[in-house]
Order: sequence, then C-alpha cells, then structure tokens
Amino acid sequence: MSQRRQTVQGILIEESVEITTGELCQACAVRREWLVELVEEGVLEPEGLVPEQWRFPAESLRRARIVRRLQRDLGLNLAGAALALELLEENEAMRARLARLSATHAADHD
Amino acid sequence: MQFKDYYAIMGVARDASQDEIKRAYRKLARKYHPDVSKEGDAEVRFKDLGEAYEVLKDPEKRAAYDQLGKGYRPGQEFRPPPDWDGGFEYSDAAGSGGGFSDFFEELFARRAAGAQRGPGARGAEMHARGQDHHARVLIDLEDAINGAVRRITLEMPEVDSEGYLRTRQRELSVRIPAGVREGQQIRLTGQGAPGLGRGTAGDLYLEVNFRPHRLYRVDGRDLYFDLPVAPWEAALGATVQVPTPGGSVGLKIPPGSAAGRKLRLKGRGIPGQPPGDLYAVLQIALPPANDEAARASYEAFAQKFDFNPRAALEG
Repeated sequence: MSQRRQTVQGILIEESVEITTGELCQACAVRREWLVELVEEGVLEPEGLVPEQWRFPAESLRRARIVRRLQRDLGLNLAGAALALELLEENEAMRARLARLSATHAADHD
Repeated sequence: MQFKDYYAIMGVARDASQDEIKRAYRKLARKYHPDVSKEGDAEVRFKDLGEAYEVLKDPEKRAAYDQLGKGYRPGQEFRPPPDWDGGFEYSDAAGSGGGFSDFFEELFARRAAGAQRGPGARGAEMHARGQDHHARVLIDLEDAINGAVRRITLEMPEVDSEGYLRTRQRELSVRIPAGVREGQQIRLTGQGAPGLGRGTAGDLYLEVNFRPHRLYRVDGRDLYFDLPVAPWEAALGATVQVPTPGGSVGLKIPPGSAAGRKLRLKGRGIPGQPPGDLYAVLQIALPPANDEAARASYEAFAQKFDFNPRAALEG
C-alpha cells in the first residue's frame, strides 16, 4: 500500500470546530433518529433549530460514542447511559483536580 | 493457538445456567467497561469477557465449545479437530465480528466469513462510503509541546482473498501537531475502512492520550509541578532555577509564601491560542536535624519566635 510509509497529517478537532449531523452519524456509525433522541435527552446541545442545520461542538463526538458504547455493552437505556456519562465526567473532573492539587499529598496517604 | 477458558474468564461454573451467565456478564461488564474502569488492563479484560459471553450466551455455541474443550486447560496449545468445520451450523453469523481472539476466530468465524464470501455477490452496483474508524494514540507531553511524528499500529478487519474475515495490522505514521491536548481528536480523512464500489473511504479518528510525566501534571494546556523550597526561601523570598518544558528559568519566590502557593509562569505550558501556563506549586522542605549543629540551629530558631502554628485549632 502506497500510504504505508508516508506520514499523514490530520485535522485537529478543536473546540471551535463544529460537526454536522451527517458527520456525527457517520463517525459514530449511528442513525440520525438516535442522535435526535440524544439531543432530546439533553446529552448533546447543538446549535440550530432542525437536524439539517444542527452544528455540534467538537466534544459531542466523544460524548455520543461513550453513550453508544454504554448502551450497547451494558444494556442501558438512553436515560441511564446519559446519567452514567454525566457521573463519569464528574468523576473524571474530580480525579484531574485531585492530581493537579495534591499529587504529593495523595502519595503520602496511600 | 492457546485454549481459552471462557468459564474462568466469566467466573462461573461449567454447569452455570444461562441466567447465571447473563448476570455474571452484566456485573463484570460494568466493572471492566473501558469507559468506566480505571484499571490498566480493563480494555483487554472487557474484550475477553465479550468474547466469552458471545460463546456462552448462545446454547449452540456453548455446546460446541464444551464438546471441543473437553480435556483442555487454559493456555494449553489447542488444535481443532480436522472435521471441525463441517460439524456445526450457526444461526447468527458472528454478529459484532472482528477483534476476537484467534482461538475464537478458529472456532466460530469460519462459517460467518463464508456468508460474506465474494464481494461480487453483493452486486456490482453497490456503492457506499467506508466506515469511520477510531483509535487511540499515546504520546509524551513533549510531543504535545513540540509536535511529533508517531507510528501507530491499527487492527483493521477485512475480508481476505479466501473470503475469510481477518484482522490485518496496518502501520501508519501520523503527524501530531504541537498544542494538542489530552483527549483531543485528530481526524485523518480517508484513513478509515475502504468504501464499497465507488464509495470513498471512511475517516480515522485518533484520540490523543498522554503518558504520565515525571515532573508535570497536565490540565488542558496548563502544567503543574511541585517546587520544593527551603523555609528561609519561602519566608524571605528568593529567586530559584525551575525546570520548564522550554528549559530552565529563574523564578522569583515572593517573601512570606506559604506551602501550596501557586506561582504562574505565563504562557510556558502547552502552546496554542492562547498558550497554557506553567504553575509551580510551593512545597516547603525542611533540612534534617541530624547533627548537633543543626539541632542547635532549630532550637535557637524556636526561641527566637513566639509562634503557635496551631492557634487556629484552639477554641
């Protein structure tokens, strides 16, 4: 394969990058109806009034994929997966805060 | 190829009921789900678990596995009997497919692959864009600061010339742009699964994760490190040399600095618009009182000060 040895350059998905409904469906391998449900559940908050005009913030990609995996692997319904996602994010933020503030202290208490 | 003990992976007895197997799966799946678990080997364990459940949840596959597995121990070299391929027929063709072990593929994937044999059978008029793929790349903090080229190995499921579903390893060199942050995604257009017919290839999304750094803790583009100072440096102020990703610089410690105080070095974190900052978190290090002269100094120190560090604890 010709591309094997060459270096590929990607597009860094910044917060400022916005994703369309079609791109998000493709990237998560989901149907549009499922994304609509996610928006109705308040998990994703796109700008724009109708799905054709929706623009999702970049972090939607990660969030949608986590919800998808939780639903598929753990048999959660959408509300359950949305709750789990929020708790996971809260947990992650607290871990990061702990690591940032008190790496030394945490090590002392182990 | 080594024999895999699916019962041991799921922690159930060989005569467990289908209900017990389902309960065990649900419980372990919650524990080892890679999005939930913080254990280092969660991804591997979850994959093993999924594979074990794929077999044991299905009475047909379970029976076949039980029959084949008689007399084998986990890890033992395993060879399926020569007539294996003809013995069993499976109703669902290895649904999720791809990503299971060689052991699983050997036992159950042949039939599944047979069903997919011959792309021509799909009809020459079929065109579809290839699937997007996702992968993770681990980089060092220095790579995020300076940019780097990293070679990554991807496992791509594909149908080989014999019509079998195989995972093929593929290497790709990817430019990691300077300024990337933990958890950010890089989209590589056209590096996902090939399209069908005249369909274009899918994209590859790479999630960037950082290896832990010896010195710095990372928060977005900001970096934190602990800076030990002597008590007199904290009390009187000092200028000390501190390590930054761009090299050593002099940092001014203001007089009267307490432990835990954060001193900011603006713009010396991960580059970007705007660049992150570097924070030195002060730690007060005490010289040891391990000889006569040192003890005398501490005693003189104590006598000089009318200082009660626990004033706040007293009612």
